[in-house]
Amino acid sequence: MLLIHCPYCEEERPELEFRHAGEAHIARPENIAEISDEEFQRYFFIRANPKGVTFERWRHMHGCGRFFNAARDTVSDRFLMTYMAGEPKPDLGKAGGGAVRSASRKGTPA
Amino acid sequence: MAETARRISALEGRAYQGPGIALNPAAPASRLSLRAPEASLAALSKALGLILPRKPKTTAESGKRAALWLGPDEWLLIDEGGADLTVLCAKASALHSAVDISHRNTAILVAGEHTEDVLGAGCPQALSLARFPIGAASRTVFGKAEVVLWRIAEDAFRIECWRSFSYYVFSLLEKAAREV
Ligand SMILES: [Zn+2]
Repeated sequence: MLLIHCPYCEEERPELEFRHAGEAHIARPENIAEISDEEFQRYFFIRANPKGVTFERWRHMHGCGRFFNAARDTVSDRFLMTYMAGEPKPDLGKAGGGAVRSASRKGTPA
Repeated sequence: MAETARRISALEGRAYQGPGIALNPAAPASRLSLRAPEASLAALSKALGLILPRKPKTTAESGKRAALWLGPDEWLLIDEGGADLTVLCAKASALHSAVDISHRNTAILVAGEHTEDVLGAGCPQALSLARFPIGAASRTVFGKAEVVLWRIAEDAFRIECWRSFSYYVFSLLEKAAREV
């Protein structure tokens, strides 16, 4: 079983407590009523689905309940890192190759 | 003939005792699902008479009342004295959401030297004393049911679960208890 580091619970927890929640860092257009059907399609349906490193939203459904983001390699199924929702997409040049780690410890007291 | 209503627990009559393991339904208690932002915690702590814990997987206790950290803005309060916790929270004017879940949940007490093994039959979390110390609490899964685990002693846990899942949870615990 995979162990996933929850940045809110500040520890590794079994994957059975988590749910995948789609690609991360997709911003909803602020002028959504004005965009074309093609632009809406690109925002709403089109996903990168790469072979390799992908950035995803996950939810600690049966734990703290929080959504957070993760960088995962779709080939090895290895979680490269996890980080709190709202934080910018990390530069994996510094974090790549590691095990399950959180990018940030801020927000909750140690 | 006078007719009187009798309160029947979801786990009425169920219990199991084996070598090094005992399963028993917990006594009725009042319970509260509390959601609140950081800025409200001081006022709510004062109203509830205990300091709401801010650290993940921890609890705070005062007399028969306990607060279990479930998430960064979420707590489960349990009062075995039966106090109306929504009334207490209403004394705090600070922003919060308080939902009485006294009858949504029920609890099972698991005790004995084989407690970790029996829980391990359905719970994927690390339950050693080092990873899950006395006083720690966490929402997790047990088999197919969502539960809240609370370690109340070295060899004893309280399992809070929704009452409609309690028969399943108790049965799975009992099956594991018969095999340790
Ligand atoms: Zn969590």
